[in-house]
This record gives sequence, C-alpha cells and structure tokens, in this order.
Amino acid sequence: MLLARLYERDRGGAWLLGGLLLAAVLVPLLNLAVPEDSPFHLSTYTVTLLGKYLCFALLALALDLVWGYCGILSLGHGAFFALGGYAMGMYLMRQIGERGVYGHPVLPDFMVFLNWQELPWYWYGFDMFWFAVLMVMLVPGLLAFVFGWLAFRSRVTGVYLSIITQALTFALMLAFFRNEMGFGGNNGLTDFKDILGFSLQADGTRVALFLASAVMLALAYLACRFIVRSRLGRVVVAIRDAEDRTRFVGYQVERFKLWLFVFSAVLAGIAGALYVPQVGIINPSEFSPLNSIELVIWVAIGGRGTLYGAVLGAILVNYAKTYFTAALPELWLFALGALFVLVTIFLPRGLVGLLQRRRKPDKPPPADTAGETRAGEGVP
Amino acid sequence: MKALDRLREGMRRDRVFDFMMPKVVFSPELDTRHGPILYLEGVTVSFDGFKALDDLTLYIDDGELRCIIGPNGAGKTTMMDVITGKTRPDSGSVYFGQRIDLLRLSETEIAQGGIGRKFQKPTVFEQHTVFENLELALAGPKGVWATLFARLTPEQRDRIDEVLEIIGLQDQVHRPAGVLSHGQKQWLEIGMLLMQSPRLLLVDEPVAGMTAQETERTAELLTSLAGRHSIVVVEHDMEFVRTIARKVTVLHEGRVLAEGSMDEVQSDPRVVEVYLGE
Amino acid sequence: MTGAHAAFRRLTLGLFLLAGLCLSSAAVQASVQATGDFAAAVQALDAKRFADKARAIEALAATGHERSAVILRAMLDGRLYYRKRDRRVVIAERLEKGFRISDAVTGEPLGEVGKRKVKKISINNKLRKQLRATLARLSLSHRDPRVRRQSVQEMLATVSAAAVPTLERALARETDEEVAELLRTALALAALDSPDREERLRALRVLEGNIQPEVGNRIRRLLERDSDAAVQAAAQRALTAIESKLKFYEFLETLFFGLSMGSVLLLAAIGLAITFGVMGVINMAHGELIMLGAYTTYLVQLLMPNHLELSLLVAIPAAFLVSGLFGIAIERGVIRFLYGRPLETLLATFGISLLLQQLVRTTISAQNVTVANPQWLSGSLEINAALSLTYNRLYILCFALLVFAALLLILKKTSLGLQVRAVSQNRAMARALGIRSGWVDAMTFGLGSGIAGVAGVALSQLTNVGPNMGQAYIIDSFMVVVFGGVGNLWGTLVGAFTLGVVNKFLEPWAGAVLAKILVLVFIILFIQKRPRGLFPQKGRSAES
Repeated sequence: MLLARLYERDRGGAWLLGGLLLAAVLVPLLNLAVPEDSPFHLSTYTVTLLGKYLCFALLALALDLVWGYCGILSLGHGAFFALGGYAMGMYLMRQIGERGVYGHPVLPDFMVFLNWQELPWYWYGFDMFWFAVLMVMLVPGLLAFVFGWLAFRSRVTGVYLSIITQALTFALMLAFFRNEMGFGGNNGLTDFKDILGFSLQADGTRVALFLASAVMLALAYLACRFIVRSRLGRVVVAIRDAEDRTRFVGYQVERFKLWLFVFSAVLAGIAGALYVPQVGIINPSEFSPLNSIELVIWVAIGGRGTLYGAVLGAILVNYAKTYFTAALPELWLFALGALFVLVTIFLPRGLVGLLQRRRKPDKPPPADTAGETRAGEGVP
Repeated sequence: MKALDRLREGMRRDRVFDFMMPKVVFSPELDTRHGPILYLEGVTVSFDGFKALDDLTLYIDDGELRCIIGPNGAGKTTMMDVITGKTRPDSGSVYFGQRIDLLRLSETEIAQGGIGRKFQKPTVFEQHTVFENLELALAGPKGVWATLFARLTPEQRDRIDEVLEIIGLQDQVHRPAGVLSHGQKQWLEIGMLLMQSPRLLLVDEPVAGMTAQETERTAELLTSLAGRHSIVVVEHDMEFVRTIARKVTVLHEGRVLAEGSMDEVQSDPRVVEVYLGE
Repeated sequence: MTGAHAAFRRLTLGLFLLAGLCLSSAAVQASVQATGDFAAAVQALDAKRFADKARAIEALAATGHERSAVILRAMLDGRLYYRKRDRRVVIAERLEKGFRISDAVTGEPLGEVGKRKVKKISINNKLRKQLRATLARLSLSHRDPRVRRQSVQEMLATVSAAAVPTLERALARETDEEVAELLRTALALAALDSPDREERLRALRVLEGNIQPEVGNRIRRLLERDSDAAVQAAAQRALTAIESKLKFYEFLETLFFGLSMGSVLLLAAIGLAITFGVMGVINMAHGELIMLGAYTTYLVQLLMPNHLELSLLVAIPAAFLVSGLFGIAIERGVIRFLYGRPLETLLATFGISLLLQQLVRTTISAQNVTVANPQWLSGSLEINAALSLTYNRLYILCFALLVFAALLLILKKTSLGLQVRAVSQNRAMARALGIRSGWVDAMTFGLGSGIAGVAGVALSQLTNVGPNMGQAYIIDSFMVVVFGGVGNLWGTLVGAFTLGVVNKFLEPWAGAVLAKILVLVFIILFIQKRPRGLFPQKGRSAES
C-alpha cells in the first residue's frame, strides 16, 4: 500500500529496487552454489567489491538528499561516513580479544604498543554489537546536529557552508591522525577477526555483508523516497529554490535543513559501518577532503535530485575507478578532474537528466542553483 | 555591578537560542480593540551611518487598505523588512495588535502569526506546480514531522480551489510555477499570501512590470481583499495608487512626510517639492 | 687613512708590549727585550723543557706581533715543526708524503720536505690550556670587534678569577660598547666565584636581567652551593629578572613566528580575496596556482644555475605570468560558463586542481623538488642572545606587505581597478557604461591568480615544494577571507595576521595539530556571531 504510493511515477526507482533484488538473489547463488571452476562462479573478491559499491551508493544517496533536494552542498559527508566506520571498527577491534599480536585481553594492539594502561572511556561499550550500532548512527547524527545547528542558525549557506564542512572534515582528519586520540593514529583500526561470531574471512560472512548492504540501500532508498514525496520534500525543495520565500510562508527553514542534514549524516554513518567490515580497515585518510568531494561528483554524474541517479553515479564512477586504477593508474586523476569540469559545464543534470531530456521537454530549466545567491552574498 | 548587568544581559530570554525562548501563543483573535492592527513607533534603522528609517511612526488600522508612496530610498522596503523581522531596528518598537511585540519574533513566527509579505521581485517556488505552491503556503501546522506525514483534507482542497479562483489561475494548476508569465507569478504570490490566511498583507510593488489589463485586475483583487484583511501596498505607479487608495502615506528620508487621501497628499506643497524638486 | 691605520697598529703593538711586560716571566722577558726580536721569541718555542716553552709562549704573545696568533694557533693544532737541518721553526702542512713547510717568522714558503726532515714541537695538556687562554687574550685585542665579541662570548662559559686581569685590561681599552658590555658580564661572572660576599652581591647586581644563556646557568649553580642568605636572595632576584626578560623575548619570538605565519596566510589568501571577494568566484584551484608559482621558481633555478642569487628576482615576475596565464585560461575556459552558479564553480575548479596536480606529477615528478635558498635569504638577524629573526621569514613578511600594498594600489589607482570595482558592484550597469565585463573578469582573475603564483615563489623558500603543496593552503586561505570579511582587502590583512598569531600562541600548549583544529572551531563559532566576517560590507540586503 505504502510501497505502491512510493512507486508511483518512479520508474528509475523501480529499476533500482528490481536490480537490487536481482543482485540479492544472484550474487549469493553464483558465489556459494556455483562451483569455483565454473565460468559463472562469482569470486568472493568480486562480492566484496560489489558490496563496497553498494556502501558508496548509500553514501551518495545520503548526499543527494541534502544536495539535490535542499541545495546543501556538504563536503563533510566523507567525515560522517568515516565516523560510522570508526564506530563499527571499534566494535570489530574489541571482538579481536586475546587474538591480537600482543594478546592483551582488553586493549587493542595499538594501545598496548603505545603503552596505554587502560581502555579510554570512549571505548567502553563497544564490545556490544547493539551499542556499536547505536553509536554508528548517534555519533555522525550528533555531529551533524551540533554543526548543522550552528551553521544553519547563523544562515551560512551556499559555498560558505561547503567550505566550512570541508574545514570540519579536514580538522577531523588531523585529529584522527594523532595517536593521542586513541583511534590508532595513522594506521587506523585493522586486523579484524570476526563480526557477531562469524569469521570475516568466510565466504558466507562476505555474502551476508553484501546482502545487508543491499537491503540497507533498498530501505534507505524507500525512506528517502518517502521523504521527498511528502510535503516535507516539497518544503525542502522550496527552501532550495527560494529560501526567504519559504521562511515568509511560515516554515522554520533552519529546522527543516537541520533534520534533513542529520538524517543524511546518519545514512552516511550506516554506509561507513557496512563498508568497514567488508574492506577490513578504517584509517584517517577516509576523512580526506578529496573523498568527500569525489562523492559529490558521483552524485553530479548520476544526476542530482533524483535519488536513483546518485546510486547509478556512485556505482558507475567506482567501477571506472576500479578499472582505471588497475589498468592506467596515471590517468585516473586526469579522468576524475576532467569529469568534474565536463559534468558541471555540459551535464548539469547528470546522466539521468540526459535520459529525461528527450521525454519531458516541458520541464522548466533546472533550478540547480536557484536559491543560492552569488558567493559574495551567501552569508546574509 | 557591571558584571551583574552583563550576566543579566546574557540571561535575557529573548537573546538566547531559539529553543529556549518561551513559545509565543497567538491568540486566535488579535487584540485590535483600539483600532490599529500595526503600531510602528520611533523606528530607526541605519546602515553605515545612513538612516534608512529615521524615527518612523506609523499606525495601520484593522481592515484598512493603505498605500505607501515615496521616492527611491525613502525607506519603504526597509520598513517592510522591519515588520517581517528581516531587519532589526536600532531603536523603536513594532507591535502587532496591542500585545504582540514583533521585534521579539523570528521571521517564521511573524509569518505564522498572520503577517504575509509579497516581495518586490515575484518569488514563487519555480520547480513546484501552482497547486503545490498554494499547498505549501496553506495555513496549519508547519513543523518537520507534521509536514512529513501531512495529507490534504477535503476542506483544504476546497480552500486551494477557492484561492485559485480568486487569482484566476485555475487553468494553470498543474503547470510548474517557473513557466508562468510575470503577472501570473505576481498573482500566484498574492494567492500564496491568501493561503496563509493572514490578518495583515504587506504587498511590495504588486504591479511593477504588468500590462494595463493585468494592473486593472490586480487593483480589483486588492480592493476585494480589503476589509477581511488589512493591506499595506507600497507602489510607485501613481495611477494604480489612485484607483485603490483610500488613505495614502508619503515617506521621505525615512519618515512620514504626509498622510491623507490621495488628493490631500498631492496638493501638499512638501510632497510636491519632494517629488518634483525645487 | 693609511696613516691612521698605522697609528692604530702601533698603538695596539704598544699595548701588547705593555701586557707582555706584566705577564711574562722575568728571564725570557729579559732576553726578548735584549734582542727586541720577534724571531728570537719564535725560536725560543723550540725549547727542551715544557716550562721553557710556556715562558716562550708568553714572550711571543708579549711581542704583540701580527703573526704571533697564527704561530700559536699552529702550535695548538700540532702544525708547528722545526727543520732538523737548521733548527728553523716552521709551520708545516701534511701532504701525502712529507710536508709543505713555510717559515714561522716570515710566512715565506720553504717548499716540500720529506717526513724525516722535520720534527714536531710537542706540547702537553698544560701548554694546550695555556695556548687557548693566550689565543683568547690575543683575540680580545683583535682589530675586528666581531672577533673580540666572539672571543668574549666563548670565554663566558669558563671564565674564572684567573682571567680577571686580562679582562679588566681589555675592558679598559675597549671602544665597542657591545663588547664592553660582554666584558663586564664576564667580569661579573668571574666575581661570582669570589670568596668576598660583597663582591658576589655586586656581581649579582650587575648580572640582574642579563639574558646571556651562560649567566642563567652560572647563577643557578651559585644558588645551589652558596649558603649566604643575602646572596641567595640576590641570586634569586637576578634569576627572576632574567627569566621574566627571557619570557618577554620568547613572547616576541612567538609573535614573530605568528606574524610570519600570518604573512604566509596573507600571501596565500590575498589572491583569493580578489577572485572570491571581489568577483564572487570560488576557486578551489587557487592552491594549485600557488604550487605552479613554486614550481616556476624551481624551473627558473634550473635554467640559471649560476645565478642563484638572482633567480628569485627573475622567478617573481615569471611566476606571476605563469600562474596569471593559467588563471586567465581557467576563467575563459571554465568559470565563464558558470557565473552565478557558485557551487558548480567550486566543483569545476576542484576538478582543475586535480588536473594541475596530476600534470605536475606526470611532467616533473611526484616527489618533492628542492628549491635552493639564495645566500641573502639564509642566516638570521640576531637582536640579542635570546632573540634572533631568520632572514627568510623577515623578508617574506616584508614581501607580503609589499604585495598587499601593490594590490591595493592597483585596485584603487588604476583604471583596471576602477573597472573591477564597478563590475563587482553592478555588472549590468558597468556593461551599460561600456566596460567590457568579460575582459575585466579575465584580467581580475588573472591578477588574483598571478598573485597566487608570486605567493608560491615566497612559499618555495619556506616549505617543501611538491604537487600537493597547494592543498595545504586552500582551506586556510578561505578561512582567512571569510574571517576577515568577504570583499574587503583590509579584512584579509587583519584576518591573516590574527589567525597566524593566534595559531602560534596556541601551539606551545596545544600542539600544532590541535591549535589548527581550535582555530577552525573558533572560526566556525565566530561566524555565528558575525556571519559577514570582521569587516563586513554593510548595506541593504540585496536579495529580495
């Protein structure tokens, strides 16, 4: 009933959910049931790679919600992603227990190495899965709440907001590089053994993690779709296109932005938490500003303000990245740089826009940056 | 002693973050027993030493249609900014009815409290359809949760149809507002104000850039609304002002220069001097 | 001129003789006086017994001859020999086989000789000590005040009562005030060991607030061993004075470091203040334009390896041109299509920054390159024992202010500046008045980018030059511009120096990384209070 309403006029979404369902059936089948020497066998490496793409897709979805619909170009989503990842990494670290190199029953290896005597208080509770899951959502959400509350309240918009979020990411990266922070410094958290008692090296666990990512992506898509189809979604677009008008119509613009931002940050955190057990490591370079801005280009290429476009963009760009960095590593950064330039100039509505253009000629010109004033007036 | 003052200043409940502020409950009936719905007293706003408003005092009666004219830089738009909470005055007081201090409210609260504003340049939500534009402006709960689960009731649908009829955009309901003509956008914006069911409408240059026909229709629209709503119109077009105005206020250099009927105002030598020079 | 010189030399000679008279032992003194011969004194060095050698050293010093310092130094270094053939004292330089010798008395070269032909004039530890002291004394009366200052400085650590007469004489004839001050310090330090309580107290009074590092150490040692209450109190007082003075100079030094960092921020941000502040264009490739400027310096140095000193002066205009042209190309090629869409501009220019980085990586190297520092930029300006300012930072500070002034002048006084300001305030109106806004945009952007290039030249003298160097500056630069107030050059100036100084003052107790984080947090909070920066452009809001 609810699903039917969400599906209404959403062919892209139907394709996306259909594709996810297909993958969720085929991938475990091809990996677990098909014998390894068969040409149809899917290696566990590929399963993990696909799972990684799905996590990135979830992250892109989160960004699209705030950027595509509300005009908030956050360059800090990489940080929320990494925070979620660290929360999960802390759980996985505690699961290692005595199997670490130093065999300390409580302290992770890097703490023993740094001569720490006891667990810092903020590591308490991470031996419990439920607590870690809670933190995966709470930590990015809380940061987004505090930061967003400060930023939106003083009406920091447009590029100013982007720059400040980037500064935030940068500051977090610097902080996490410090050994004194207690998150493993440079090396981050790694050498994970198992999750909920299942070995992370086992094929079954990898497939399960892939499935979890697929399910989470589908759920997140439906939630986002529900939001943008509601009146809330229309208010948010109204804020993007004419913030002042929305305010004078009687909406508390700051609150709408804030809650959307927090929700998006939580999604990003979940994406990070699913990502870490699959790649087996989380380190401060995940906070690097380049990651956050690269994520923007996934969404831009797919087509912002469409949700499924973001998913498409994330998967396409990451596939290209995997291919290029293996085949022509020199060229990848050139290609990425060129993508930024070409997409912004020639494809303002992304691949999805390219497809839609033929079907709906009547649509008004995209208000892609309407609602933003020129940079000089961004902070009122 | 000084520290105590500073502490007291810091503890002022209107200066702290908005979630700590006491919620202003608007009484459904505004207290307008003494006549005026809007009181501006001694309002001064200065930008870099330039006084946009200089000790301005102005009263608007309930149900009145008031036109405000004045040369460029007279402070008309700044006055609207002050009333709607966009600009905070350096001194003076602004009351809505007798009890609501507008200076203590945010723009949103002022809008929810019953003051609607139309901008000089028509601003509608271009990506949304005409219908959605009106739906968004609909009076009612406007919180985050409320809008997430909001569904239109039949009464609300009727209200939207009613307003569509008033502004004459029935044929355009499902077209995006971005493709409307300039005049249609102006009407849509007025329609959105009506959806808010405001007690006071502030209309900034409603007929700028309109054809003669459109201007005539707008005049009809505004006069028909007076009585049920109090309306303040800022306009340059003297012909238009003459057709709708009962009472005119002339602003000059941030203060009231003259007030009265159009004829009285036009024969005032000071007004003539301001408009025509020496 | 020569007359005065000769008179001076004669005067020092006389003084030497006088010193010699008092110091040397009677026997040798008599023989020297008798012959009046410097050569005899040199010959006397070749004595059998160490005691005689010691006397000979004193005698030689007493002659005040120019070459005595050279000979004594050679003796100390073990380069003083005598030729077996005629027992002539020579200075020898060890070669592969044998020695190259020269006459000790005249310095006349005597050719090369075999190993067996000469014999070293041996010394022992006692002589070595005596030689050092004598050499120090000789340099105390050297003509060049810098040499004298150096030698007193060296004596401070070990000065004892034995040196007092020498020092007092040196002080009596000292003409240079700075050296005299050092001598007084040395005397006071020597007096600290005096058994006389009054003497020690007087010395402490002299030393109060003296920031020579040795002084602090000596007083601290005195505190440990002296049991006299008055001396203890005086020493404590002197030490407190010293420490508070040191703290003050430390403060000045931190301030200097802060200003230096501010000047770097200013250089990095000022170009951005033009493109972002005046034009409203956000350029994420700004850091890479700085990097291009630094690489231009590198290339210029490669092209003119023999004129290192001049290379920077050539690099400044070259970097301006290179970065400026890149800037114009970026503006015409990309940004032009994105006016009024700041977020898109941000993304596109970020792409350009990736392209430029990768371009440098593939064409030059992915590694950092070394840019040489010319002579006039190395070294430091020593203000006193506790405070010295490095020349490169000092020059860059001045340079940053110069660039700022030049830019201000361009914007205020030239027709380009006028047109830039006109376009930034009202594009449509400016165009209606016949200003080619496209041209003005390109030129403005070129100017901002060119300044980024010039900043790169300056930064190449301070930090590593590598493909990633621009990344480090972009966020800081934006913070400076936002903090100072967009569109206000003075705001950028104040913003840069404030952030630089705050950062450096936070560093000692927060660490470099935490200081940076604190500054970022501070700016985020600052924007809460003053969203438009320190020096906002006021006016009626332009939106509605």
